[in-house]
Amino acid sequence: MEEKVIEIVQRYSGDKSYLVPILQDVQREFNYLPKDALFSVSAHLSVPISRVYEVVTFYKAFSLKPKGRNQLSLCMGTACHVRGAELIARNVEDFLGIKEGDTTADLEYSFETVGCLGACALGPVLVVNGEYHGHMNIAKSTKILKKLGKKVATDDEQD
Amino acid sequence: MTSKIKSFDELKSVQERLKAGRDPKKPCITICVGTGCLAYGTRKLVDNFREELAKRDLTGKIDFRTSGCHGFCERGPMVVISPEKIFYQRVGLADAGEIIDKTVLNGEIIDRLLYVDPQTGEKYVHEDDVPFYKKQTRLVFGQNSKVDPESMDDYLAIGGYSALGKALTGMKPEEIIQEVIKANLRGRGGGGFPAGLKWDETRKAKGEPKYVICNADEGDPGAYMDRSLLEGNPHLVLEGMIIGAYAIGSSQGYIYVRNEYPLAVKNIHIAMRQAREAGLLGENILGSGFNFDLKINRGGGAFVCGESSALFASLEGRAGEPRAKYIHATHKGLYDKPTNLNNVETWGNVPFIIEKGADWYAGIGTEGSKGTKIFSLVGKINNTGLVEVPMGTTLRKIVFEIGGGIPGGKKFKAIQTGGPSGGCIPEAHIDLPVDFDELTKIGSMMGSGGMIVMDENNCMVDVAKYFTNFLVNESCGKCVPCREGIRRMRDILVDIADGKGREGDVELLQKMAQGIIDGALCALGNSAPNPVMSTIRYFRDEYEAHIKEKRCPAGVCRALITYSIDPEKCTGCTLCAKVCPTKAAGGVKKKAHTIDPAKCTKCGACRESCKFDSIIVR
Ligand SMILES: Cc1cc2nc3c(=O)[nH]c(=O)nc-3n(C[C@H](O)[C@H](O)[C@H](O)COP(=O)(O)O)c2cc1C
Ligand code: SF4
Ligand code: SF4
Ligand code: SF4
Ligand code: FES
Ligand code: FES
Repeated sequence: MEEKVIEIVQRYSGDKSYLVPILQDVQREFNYLPKDALFSVSAHLSVPISRVYEVVTFYKAFSLKPKGRNQLSLCMGTACHVRGAELIARNVEDFLGIKEGDTTADLEYSFETVGCLGACALGPVLVVNGEYHGHMNIAKSTKILKKLGKKVATDDEQD
Repeated sequence: MTSKIKSFDELKSVQERLKAGRDPKKPCITICVGTGCLAYGTRKLVDNFREELAKRDLTGKIDFRTSGCHGFCERGPMVVISPEKIFYQRVGLADAGEIIDKTVLNGEIIDRLLYVDPQTGEKYVHEDDVPFYKKQTRLVFGQNSKVDPESMDDYLAIGGYSALGKALTGMKPEEIIQEVIKANLRGRGGGGFPAGLKWDETRKAKGEPKYVICNADEGDPGAYMDRSLLEGNPHLVLEGMIIGAYAIGSSQGYIYVRNEYPLAVKNIHIAMRQAREAGLLGENILGSGFNFDLKINRGGGAFVCGESSALFASLEGRAGEPRAKYIHATHKGLYDKPTNLNNVETWGNVPFIIEKGADWYAGIGTEGSKGTKIFSLVGKINNTGLVEVPMGTTLRKIVFEIGGGIPGGKKFKAIQTGGPSGGCIPEAHIDLPVDFDELTKIGSMMGSGGMIVMDENNCMVDVAKYFTNFLVNESCGKCVPCREGIRRMRDILVDIADGKGREGDVELLQKMAQGIIDGALCALGNSAPNPVMSTIRYFRDEYEAHIKEKRCPAGVCRALITYSIDPEKCTGCTLCAKVCPTKAAGGVKKKAHTIDPAKCTKCGACRESCKFDSIIVR
């Protein structure tokens, strides 16, 4: 982990003003921000760990918890909201048994809501592992979740 | 293109050479790969076109271009065939071969891919004739469909960087600033502050170095025009920034862009590299002796970081908390140095002003607001998309003529402008000419240009709650009026929506709003009450219905509605029973169904699935 962090810090020539992008890159590498990685960033950038922690907890993009294998993002931008995205959010939350912003205990699913994705014509939009699903509704979101569940199950069987 | 262009004359000859190398009669297939169209799966269509062209040995013989957003996202995937500019919409992913064989090679029109105006039934062959486009004035956004964002040659071939050449070789910095002042270019990022005056202040401010920054944070959760401009035509924004930097006397700039916009980040990176290689960015630009370079910084996803002083803090690697505004950023901004911050679209206007002159530019728009504005027209509207119109165009024209009205025969209720800092405008003001001042007068604002259309099924208390809740989450927490005040307003709105509203709540909201407006440190807090204030102003009856009658007239607020089935309309198709997660809906096949209110969780699944409109929500 240490080497990876050093490599990322060097990418930005150790410039402290790049703390946010450095943390973004670290998060991309590990899929979240592990505690040890934060200490490494702090040491190699010479930024106090309290500052690192302040920045990490300030910005919505950072996560101190690992993300699930399946990542679901529902657009809750204004356009999607007025087309009923909230009912879909509730459906996904009920189905997975977690709240928006959380990950299931088995680390299979993360669910988050985001602002406009730039695809308002297709709103409401649900992004499942990077793939856009437009004109989302309650029934369609249930179907997608059920299908994901199956895929996860067969993946496990192969393991 | 790798060799440096060393003068304006050389730039002109490069442009000429590129233009001459392009036969205007040669067929060109353009496909939009903006974010909206990509969401339709357009990438696959692009691959199919490449494959089909190769199969027919036409690669290179027919030009093929992918471009950024054309604006009419509603109708993607879309293909435009030049030189005739034949417009195909909702193109199937397997239609590539047929389009090449019939239209490109034989000039035959494929009827089913043409746009039909849903209101008039009229069919259109050419892009320019489609009412959605025809009724716009596409100045800043118009180039998007003409360039591949990854190709600087495309941009140069349509005369790109001419304004920069003109500015660097023929104009003094002060002259440029005077031109921008005369054009009365006002900031497109929210406040509408005159850009020229800001440039002038920054130029005259003491301190070195001076910074210019492009604000591409686009925090408004219902707008995407900045993203589409950066993604689709990054060189336009670069050109504007370089001109601005020269006028202000800055050698270092930043583009602060949301991390959630990876395509914009990628395209601007490519554009910067190309511009550097061509000597349009970096040292001794166009042989003029002027040096300027840019860095990109990706934001961490906080709405407040769009605010200038918070943005500087974020750029310096700190948490994005605003500071008090008694010192101007033009004097002490980033690293306490003189700093000029402008929005993406503001920068995108600059090349046109320099190229065509302030007089020409000031001929567009209204007395106080010049030029055009790009709006993201979304929500309950037939033609969702990005719309660019002269300042002063009426809401009616935007919604009904360009936007094609409200889907499903529903009634227009309101239009929300200005994002979380703006307000809801009722039908009574539909003939309002839209510019900075008119919007402010009626209690809303221009903001970044989001326009969210709402119909009779949208509840205004719910909309106020939505924005207020958004702001509770985005408040940086530095000052009490905003941190605690907005939260309390949100709680009151939640109570009202839950049927726990009390007499006097509306007045209490108004009183709190004034306190927050007066006491908050930055504009996030100052403007946070706007969505609440404007909905109270224009839709007070809806608040009253929630509070006094415990009723949500639009049928949205869950605590106040019940689901039932209209026995007259119900055919007994059983669909609702199938989708109902709690078995609340049910009945005998082919007989009218019923809903057991004790089991119903009001999830809405039955209403969306019923094909006979039999579910009643009251
Ligand atoms: C909470 C808040 C969020 C803002 N978000 C943005 C934004 O996303 N993009 C933007 O250009 N301006 C935003 N602004 C306005 C900027 O502070 C600033 O006025 C603007 O970028 C200046 O550029 P302009 O004069 O060209 O509009 C925001 C302001 C506030 C108070
Ligand atoms: S008004 Fe809100 S966002 Fe602005 S400084 Fe105060 S708490 Fe932070
Ligand atoms: S889906 Fe509609 S029509 Fe079919 S049984 Fe239910 S209420 Fe009746
Ligand atoms: S709203 Fe949901 S729970 Fe209630 S009847 Fe319809 S489907 Fe069933
Ligand atoms: S608001 Fe959801 S994509 Fe724009
Ligand atoms: S993304 Fe294709 S038209 Fe907007």
